[in-house]
Amino acid sequence: MKEIVIISGKGGTGKTSITASFAYLAGNDVLVADCDVDAADLHLLLKPDFGKEEDFYSGLIAKIDQQYCTNCGRCANVCRFDAIPFKNNHFVVDTIDCEGCAYCAKVCPTSAIDLLPAYSGKWFSSTTRLNTPMIHAHLGIGSDNSGKLVTKVKNEAKTLAESENKNYILIDGSPGIGCPVVSSLSGANFVVLVTEPSISGIHDLKRIYDLVKSFKIKAGCIINKFDINEKGTDEIMEFLKNEKIEHIASIPYNENFTNAMTNAQTIVEYDKGELTEILTNSWEKIKGIIA
Amino acid sequence: MKISIASGKGGTGKTTLSTNLASYLSQNLEVVLTDLDVEEPNSGLFFSGEIVHKEDKFKMIPEWIEDKCDACGICQNACKFNAVLQFGNFISVLPELCHSCYACSELCPTDALPMITKKMGELTHKKMGNLSLIESRLTIGEEQAVPLIKQTNIYVKKYLSSAKIHIFDSPPGTSCPVIEATKHVNFVILITEPTPFGLHDLKLAVDTMREMKKDFGVVINRFGIGNDEVINYCINNGIEIIAKFPNDRRVAELYSKGELLYLQIPEFAHELEKVKNYIYDLIEEFE
Repeated sequence: MKEIVIISGKGGTGKTSITASFAYLAGNDVLVADCDVDAADLHLLLKPDFGKEEDFYSGLIAKIDQQYCTNCGRCANVCRFDAIPFKNNHFVVDTIDCEGCAYCAKVCPTSAIDLLPAYSGKWFSSTTRLNTPMIHAHLGIGSDNSGKLVTKVKNEAKTLAESENKNYILIDGSPGIGCPVVSSLSGANFVVLVTEPSISGIHDLKRIYDLVKSFKIKAGCIINKFDINEKGTDEIMEFLKNEKIEHIASIPYNENFTNAMTNAQTIVEYDKGELTEILTNSWEKIKGIIA
Repeated sequence: MKISIASGKGGTGKTTLSTNLASYLSQNLEVVLTDLDVEEPNSGLFFSGEIVHKEDKFKMIPEWIEDKCDACGICQNACKFNAVLQFGNFISVLPELCHSCYACSELCPTDALPMITKKMGELTHKKMGNLSLIESRLTIGEEQAVPLIKQTNIYVKKYLSSAKIHIFDSPPGTSCPVIEATKHVNFVILITEPTPFGLHDLKLAVDTMREMKKDFGVVINRFGIGNDEVINYCINNGIEIIAKFPNDRRVAELYSKGELLYLQIPEFAHELEKVKNYIYDLIEEFE
């Protein structure tokens, strides 16, 4: 079983549309995991049934029992996150700022502070409209633990893929280089970098690849909208060559990319032309590389 | 007046709007543009300008001093992030897991875990005429954006608080970095595109803003593509649509080269003027 992660650094380069197309092309061989838990969109194309749902708790959050609080202020004093403001004559915990370090509880002389499990979001085990299994999640607003929820999604995906004898896990990653991305990458067999030849796309590609390199994972690259800036595309090709990253495909600017999404379909279902051909070849190429 | 440009979904045009708006407003006023998308900061790519200041940013982590340690186990017990681990008489600190809460350090009875600095990123301050650009960049491998966002805001407050208009380019999503990048502002502009992904992520962003009790309005980018659902959603939920930037391949092309759009696309400039007037009204109300 191989884990393939699709990421981009920069948002909006077409990660999710491409992941959904690969899921369609892979059919019964694949399990899909949406690790962009912060702004998950893959379900809009694959229409999972939200078959099983579970709350996910991770980390802690402080709560002051006013009955025992003597307003000594030691808690607020030690809190490095300014999460215990003094409001209406009481010390209260700001749940958005609290990181759950529990230092306040340790110094409270009257043991008035409890640490409760923090709600991080929900995760789902589903079957998509394509009949493929899918693990996905929804992060709670302002939650601190997107990396842990990503790890949960990945672990559940792995277990299920093993028990159903799937050949591939396709993982839709999140933008950026921070904790959810690090969690998406860990343990992956192959990374598909989706980029575009804009100065920000190229800039973000280089940063995300630095991170991928530190994990020593083999990578390939798809250049989306390659024809909006040929110089930029040349620069990317040069970068791929120097870093020995496999060039999987270049996709032209084509509004069917967005039209398919508006139609709630994958590109390979909607488009009868060049996009479908390129993506079909890309998937075959990826399978060849990781075989 | 502090305004944050945010979106649930990535790639909807946050940086496009932030850079064009900041440049456009700076024709008449002193403007500070702060890029708080520290994982992937891009605003600086659109401006040349002169670097007036550069500094490393640090987070605090504990450092174990073996000679002072009597292996009592209090530090490991205090750390809720598994960043301080004890193996027999040996203490191991995992910096990437550390949240800099100081509990292990200050609760240690023998002062064996003093806090030391560790570089987490770099801040750059550029200036071009009326426009100041502050950009922070997280070091690759650092997982937590929030401490760097916090320190960047402190820098801006300390050195640039006299500017009339502050624009903050926020990270995508709805999790902790977005909260940190938007909680101190007066108004948030949510930028989205009129597609199913755009709508879905706009709803998440709206929920986040309502949870934070922030005033906000919406700008639609790539208007003309997709469908009417974003507009209908805004109307039905009483959300003001401030401007609609047209879908135009030229936008993608100019953006890709790092060029400002309002200088070359009149329809874009026309909509940007609407955003400017909206902000001027906000300033009047605010004062």
